[in-house]
Amino acid sequence: MSEIAVDILNMTKRYGSFVALRDVCLSIKDNEFFTLLGPSGCGKTTLLRTIAGFEAISEGAIKLYGEDIADLPPNKRPVNTVFQQYALFPHMNVRANVIFGLQRLGQDETTARARVDEVLDMVQLMEFADRLPAQLSGGQQQRVALARALAPKPKVLLLDEPLSALDLKLRQSVRQELQQIQQTTGITFVFVTHDQEEALTMSDRIAVIADGQVQQVGSARDIYEAPQNRFVADFIGETNLIDVAVSSVSGGYATCVLPGGDVQFTCPAAAGAVVGHGHLSVRPERVSLVKPQDGLLRGVTTRQVYLGTDMSVDVRLEGGKIITLRLQNSEETHIPEIGDPVGLNFETGTARLLED
Amino acid sequence: MAAQIAKKSTSNTSTYAGLGVFLMLPSWAVIGFFLVLPVGMMLIYSFLTKEFRGGVIWEFSLNAYDQFFFDRGLFGDAPPVIEWTYINIFWRSIWQAGVATFFSLLIGFPTAWFIATRTGPNKSVWLFLITIPYWVNLLIRTISMKFLIRDTGPLNEWLLSLGVISEPIHIINTSFAVQLGLFYSYLPFMVLPIYASVERYNFAYSEVAADLYASRRATLTKIIIPIVKPGIIAGCILVFVPSLGAFLAPDLLGGAKNFMIGSLIEEQFKGNAGNWPFGAAVSMILLSMVLVVLTFYARQQAKEGAR
Ligand SMILES: Nc1ncnc2c1ncn2[C@@H]1O[C@H](COP(=O)(O)OP(=O)(O)OP(=O)(O)O)[C@@H](O)[C@H]1O
Ligand SMILES: [Mg+2]
Repeated sequence: MSEIAVDILNMTKRYGSFVALRDVCLSIKDNEFFTLLGPSGCGKTTLLRTIAGFEAISEGAIKLYGEDIADLPPNKRPVNTVFQQYALFPHMNVRANVIFGLQRLGQDETTARARVDEVLDMVQLMEFADRLPAQLSGGQQQRVALARALAPKPKVLLLDEPLSALDLKLRQSVRQELQQIQQTTGITFVFVTHDQEEALTMSDRIAVIADGQVQQVGSARDIYEAPQNRFVADFIGETNLIDVAVSSVSGGYATCVLPGGDVQFTCPAAAGAVVGHGHLSVRPERVSLVKPQDGLLRGVTTRQVYLGTDMSVDVRLEGGKIITLRLQNSEETHIPEIGDPVGLNFETGTARLLED
Repeated sequence: MAAQIAKKSTSNTSTYAGLGVFLMLPSWAVIGFFLVLPVGMMLIYSFLTKEFRGGVIWEFSLNAYDQFFFDRGLFGDAPPVIEWTYINIFWRSIWQAGVATFFSLLIGFPTAWFIATRTGPNKSVWLFLITIPYWVNLLIRTISMKFLIRDTGPLNEWLLSLGVISEPIHIINTSFAVQLGLFYSYLPFMVLPIYASVERYNFAYSEVAADLYASRRATLTKIIIPIVKPGIIAGCILVFVPSLGAFLAPDLLGGAKNFMIGSLIEEQFKGNAGNWPFGAAVSMILLSMVLVVLTFYARQQAKEGAR
């Protein structure tokens, strides 16, 4: 489990003068469901393509199970890809698509056929084996693409937003299916998505990428509960970022003073936090409503939005900053009217000081 | 989706209900006037008796076909033996057209590939360059080719001055000259349909193939060629068919030894040696051969479509 499947060392990728990936360092473990998460255009596909071998890297190194593969062409890398648009060979039926890789590897016909049956069974496409891609639905095509990439038993499977073309219901069921396949086959999955829910629910670990740089790597919980910087805190879920004065930082904790107040408190701090000025991240669901005089912060209610199970309430602080909080929508919860003065409170342990 | 389309088309049909026949009239008129009429005339002429100095006598006769296939001696009373002269001309024509098609494909495919993979405005510039020579009349181009390759022409002079050869290569009046002429005449007909297919080719397929361990060669033979095949076949037909009936290239570049069907037919309708029924019969035989090839191809396509 601790073996490193894909090791990317200080890798930079340029297109002309444009830097698509900057100094990327990632260690993807064997047998891991690893997700690359980031907004559109951040370089996820580019990173995947450098691992597959379609893009040459400009600097750094890529290792696959310890072997430097930077100079190997795609057809020599024991890595397969599920492409975003599937790209099934239109002139071949499902079976021919799936067997293609096995034939290129020189497997004998009987072994290859048995393997094709095995993967088609795994993705439940047996009855469609003789159809052409044009005769399949989007979801079925997606599964053929998966079967085709799984058939040669790659050491690492790369998936570029494979679910983005499917509708919501289907996407949810395929997520589970994918996770199950990853667990039963034991193949390392590198999964690309811009959908944070997908990333949070499926992955063992997630790398959050922005502007061609890795922002943070960690489990779903790490990334949500302990974001490293403002980008991660903001991109994963919702958060309130409050400017604070930092008087001391030590041992993963910091002492801060809230704006307009004299209350000093201690909270967990990200690795890069420094004394002076900082941003405090507080999740909306961690903020509670109290009487104005009891709050760490004070303000006026400006907006309330009904979200079904929840209510979202906006409160404007004295300095003009808006804080959003989430209240459970139940009989007991008191929902303030617009214009009501309120106090806001949160457990200092649930807030987090981020690097500036 | 399909149901929607079907619904739409039925509503269209009902909008124009009863007018169908009239709406078809213009196309029928064109097909009738330009296709059925001339071919029908040829078919009828091929079964008539020849009039010396050209023209026909309206009297049924199988002589034209008989002359093509059988030799009955100088006076026409010897027991019939197979006449090889015309059959050999056919074979030679098929061979020459085949070689020209083969070389057009060999050069045309990479050319089309090159143009289709250019980006931006370069693409249209290259396409335009390919078609430039074809704004000039075929006769003039063929004569220029003759001038280029003759023993004392620029090609030989250039090669001589470079010292590559010590005496001129004799190209003119060889079958190679004819192949070259046909190749040059019809190359764009190969390039353009292949270009159209390659243009539509999704290069992600090549990446997938490489991802699935295919060598460049396997990617070409297993993925690219099968997918752009319709363009290749269209190009081959568009070069082969007119090459088969060509007469300018064999006449001007090939000399007497390299007679092709086109020249044979042309001769029957020109000057005093003319024999209209025979020319018509040769045309009909050529046409039926082409039809057999095309039908075979259409069958093949239908079979593949059904698969
Ligand atoms: N061939 C190329 N030449 C120049 N720039 C490129 C090329 N390919 C990608 N880029 C640029 O690199 C950046 C990253 O692109 P990439 O396709 O990796 O984004 P992505 O994270 O996959 O986005 P999306 O979620 O929209 O698919 C983009 O700004 C893109 O414009
Ligand atoms: Mg992408």
